[in-house]
Amino acid sequence: MTVDVRAPELPRVQGPLRPARLRPRDVVKVGSVGLRTRPLRAFLSALGIAIGIAAMVAVVGISASSQAGLDRTLAALGTNLLTASPGSTMTGGQAQLPDTAEQMAARIGPVTSVSALGKVPDAKVYRTAKIPQAETGGLSAYAARTGLRATTGATLASGTWLNEATGRYPATVLGATAAERLGIGRAGADTQVLIGGRLFTVVGILAPAPLAPELDTAALVGWPVAQEELGFDGHPTTLYVRAEDADVEDVQAVLGSTANPEAPNEVEVSRPSDALAAKKAAGEAFTGLLLGLGAVALLVGGVGVANTMVISALERRAEIGLRRSLGATRGQIRTQFLAESLLLSALGGVGGAVLGIAVTAGYALYQDWPVTVPPWAAAGGVGATLVIGAVAGLYPAVRASRLSPTEALAA
Amino acid sequence: MIALTDVTKTYAGGVTALAGVSLTIGRGELVGIVGPSGSGKSTMLNVLGTLDRPTSGSVRIDGYDVGALSDAELSALRAARIGFVFQQFHLAAATSAWDNVADGLLYCGLGLRERRRRAAAVLRRVGLGHRLHHAPHELSGGERQRVAIARAVAGDPGLLLADEPTGALDSVTSEGIMRLLRELHEAGTTVVIITHEREIADGLPRQVRMRDGRIVSDSGAPAHGVPSAGEPVGAP
Ligand SMILES: Nc1ncnc2c1ncn2[C@@H]1O[C@H](COP(=O)(O)OP(=O)(O)OP(=O)(O)O)[C@@H](O)[C@H]1O
Ligand SMILES: [Mg+2]
Repeated sequence: MTVDVRAPELPRVQGPLRPARLRPRDVVKVGSVGLRTRPLRAFLSALGIAIGIAAMVAVVGISASSQAGLDRTLAALGTNLLTASPGSTMTGGQAQLPDTAEQMAARIGPVTSVSALGKVPDAKVYRTAKIPQAETGGLSAYAARTGLRATTGATLASGTWLNEATGRYPATVLGATAAERLGIGRAGADTQVLIGGRLFTVVGILAPAPLAPELDTAALVGWPVAQEELGFDGHPTTLYVRAEDADVEDVQAVLGSTANPEAPNEVEVSRPSDALAAKKAAGEAFTGLLLGLGAVALLVGGVGVANTMVISALERRAEIGLRRSLGATRGQIRTQFLAESLLLSALGGVGGAVLGIAVTAGYALYQDWPVTVPPWAAAGGVGATLVIGAVAGLYPAVRASRLSPTEALAA
Repeated sequence: MIALTDVTKTYAGGVTALAGVSLTIGRGELVGIVGPSGSGKSTMLNVLGTLDRPTSGSVRIDGYDVGALSDAELSALRAARIGFVFQQFHLAAATSAWDNVADGLLYCGLGLRERRRRAAAVLRRVGLGHRLHHAPHELSGGERQRVAIARAVAGDPGLLLADEPTGALDSVTSEGIMRLLRELHEAGTTVVIITHEREIADGLPRQVRMRDGRIVSDSGAPAHGVPSAGEPVGAP
């Protein structure tokens, strides 16, 4: 029998054994071991996450940028424009606005300006007489009041607007789409189109008018010349009304009965800026779908990270055993693999957010929208990857930590 | 330093690797464990080093009853007081000798600067001052084992356990490793070495022979005396 001379006689005061805590810096260090030794694998599994996050950030970013673009457009055009047009009669026929509609609307207190457009029925628009009758190109002729441009906020791309003088002569101002379809780039004294069989000189071309899209496909002529030359009956078909910003809704409520006191039900009143916003809202449903697709991509990326972590923990059993022999606790092994998983997905998340912002910026600049990425989208994306990293890494980390040191070393 | 009392270890498959082992090793001893393959040497070393728990019997290390300690407490014990050297070195690939040793100190609670300072010092001590920046694949087998030994002793453990540290090395290189282990022993570390090689075992002051999970002879009989702390065997 051997005798230990120390243990029995000198029971030393034994302090409690407490494992040293890893510093945050060291956690990152051990967590990045796998990434440093297998960079390609790390890159590829981070890429899966990055694609998902990039898709989601870009979808949200593009949607937000388009909203910002719309807001900017509305801010420039104003949201105080109202239109009134004849609907259908009780019997289902086409209603008419009375000749007095304009004067009546102008009497409403908060109304600042009133103008009108009158459709000239059966007056087709052509570039030359050679084009067959059937090909009207979806263009219509309208009689326009001289104040129309100011009231709708439409701007000229070329030439001049109709005035009292040109309104009496065969002169026309074309909408943006109309000019394009007719193949006319610039207004000029020698540029003429056929309206209702008569030659009209193109004195101006409008830029696209977002609040009055019907102007885009119109050939506009003066009110008097339309009545004298094209058989226009003088009934306005659309009334444009600008009101004080604060009272737009009040004006909207009474505009119908004011424009046509006899049959207020036959008047359709609308606010074009609302229509623009509604069109935008219709696009939101599509955004939701894309967002869902991004979420699926993110999920697949998360599965990729989980897979990488399972393999990593399996391959590195000997390393785990060695660390245990060096004094790593189960918790520290768990922390190491969890940190690796988090780093991997954080890498993907940050990369994806940057990519998503870049895609948003590119698309928004191309569309001439202000680049807008809501901070919550980028932060939420990175946050989501951290959750995914934690979930993906949890099982492999727990498995690695459960390994007995001797089993791990024997591997 | 170490006391095993009636330790048995039966593996899940029903193999009894240790069949009642009692062994006491004093502070500062240098002990060789020999025996045929499968006799339970590695199993005993793992139990000694708290990497594995015995099926029955008690293990005391530095006064701690291993059976009463939690996994975290055992980890702390290993971090502070036990160093391991393995036949397969277990060095991290593509990592310099310096970082391999410094990273071995992670679980001792030292900061990076101190870890690197100590690692450089201990690498110089094992004769690798000129190989600090070499990765394992740029080192010879003997040099790799020196790095592994440096890592094991960098935390200044009282106990160094080596499972066939020269098993993968030629005889000349083995010589050098044994000399290094002796030096560590002379500096006060308790060293336990498993070996297959007769010449190595014969050169050690105490030999424990195992067969079929039992100790069949122990040259460290009470008559030899066991040095007390601070007076290591062989110290001048
Ligand atoms: N994890 C294990 N599960 C089951 N049996 C094991 C396990 N590890 C070792 N054994 C068995 O326990 C016995 C002792 O094994 P151990 O590794 O301690 O022997 P050893 O003396 O170190 O042999 P060697 O000199 O070959 O390394 C052997 O019969 C072995 O097959
Ligand atoms: Mg063995």
